[in-house]
Formats: sequence, C-alpha cells, structure tokens
Amino acid sequence: MSTTTFLDAKGLACPMPIVRARKVMKELQTGDILEIHTTDKGSVADLTAWAASGGHDLKEKQQEANVFKFWIQKG
Amino acid sequence: MTEQKKTTIVLFSGDYDKAMAAYIIANGAAAYDHEVTIFHTFWGLNALRKDEPIQSKKGILEKLFGKMMPRGADKMGLSQMNFAGMGPKMIKRVMKKHSAMSLPQLIDLAAEQDVKLIACTMTMDLLGLGQEELLDEVEYGGVAAYLGEAQEGRVNLFI
Repeated sequence: MSTTTFLDAKGLACPMPIVRARKVMKELQTGDILEIHTTDKGSVADLTAWAASGGHDLKEKQQEANVFKFWIQKG
Repeated sequence: MTEQKKTTIVLFSGDYDKAMAAYIIANGAAAYDHEVTIFHTFWGLNALRKDEPIQSKKGILEKLFGKMMPRGADKMGLSQMNFAGMGPKMIKRVMKKHSAMSLPQLIDLAAEQDVKLIACTMTMDLLGLGQEELLDEVEYGGVAAYLGEAQEGRVNLFI
C-alpha cells in the first residue's frame, strides 16, 4: 500500500519548491506518492527535472488557476 | 545508490546579486542530492562576514580594508544599478513581494543543507579578515581543497 503525502509549496519562490520536496521525499518509502502544490512558474520545469534526476516517477501534473499540482512517486 | 555527484562553486564576486545566483544554484544542487562546496575567495569572502563589529589586532591597512568592505551578506552591493546603495534597497523590496529568499536566508539554508562553505585563507590574509570575523560554520582551505572537490565535480562554476 502506498501512502500519499501532501506538500504545500504555494507562494514559495525558486529554489524552495525542490528544496522542500527533497526534504519530504527523504522521509518517504519507495512507491509512496508525494503530492506537491506550487505557484512558482519555474517549478513546472524544476520539479519535472528534479524527479527524473532522482529516479522518481512524475505520475501526473495538473494546473488549476494559478496553482500547479504534481504527483510524484518515489523511486 | 548511484555514485555521489558533486557541485563546486568558486564565489569570487562580492556582489549581492551574483552571490544570490551562486547560493541559489548551491541550494538547488543540494536538493539534487549533490555534495556541494562553495569556495569563497577575494570579495566573495564578504558574504561570510558576521554583521557585528569584531575587535581584533590588525595593521592599519587591514583595518582600512575591513572598514571599506561590506560587513556581511546583507550589506553587499549590486553588480548593476547599485546607485550608491539605493539599488539593493529597491531589489530587496521587490524580492519580498515575490517571496524570493534574501541572501542571508539562502546562506543559512545552504548551511542547513550541509553545503560546505570554504574560505580561502590566502585571500583572507590579503584582505585582513580573521577567522573570528567569519561565520562559525565556515571551513578553511586553499586551492588544493577546492581542486580536490572540483576534479570530482559534475558542475563547477566560477562566479
């Protein structure tokens, strides 16, 4: 069973979204999902690249109004 | 786990904006699980100065240097549009509006993320800076300390 952890990174500017994401991700088990919400436009490219480099799987991304949402599975 | 990746940055510049770029990259690289080293030399050493005045025995030239250089990251000027100190005031206001982190915050975050902050001892002597004037988390070294890290670095920058 994988659990989903939520990280609210709204209002944070570069480089904070990936700094926070890494901190939370470290505590998770392989297969767990990290759900992140951001408002920084650069975070779309940043989190995509960060997930790929770390061997994680970006399952889904959505945009709602000004909020970007990501679901990343720990690899 | 794959092999440990490394990032090294030489911070030569004492400009607030350039130091910000260096520290943002350093923090980003730490989030990429890189082992990160920032080697501070010449004017970049000022980013590591404590902001309070420190009493220490110095010659006249060293004292003068100490007085003329910015005491700490927050006092550094901009590389462009400094306007005798008005520029930094303006940019800090804009940064707050966009919730970008200030340089002192970025330095704290880097230390928290175990970024190695190295001060070049040879240029410390030239600029008359003593260890008691620099932040407690700073380590000390020379060119070999930098090269030792840089030869294994995936990302090596000079700013």
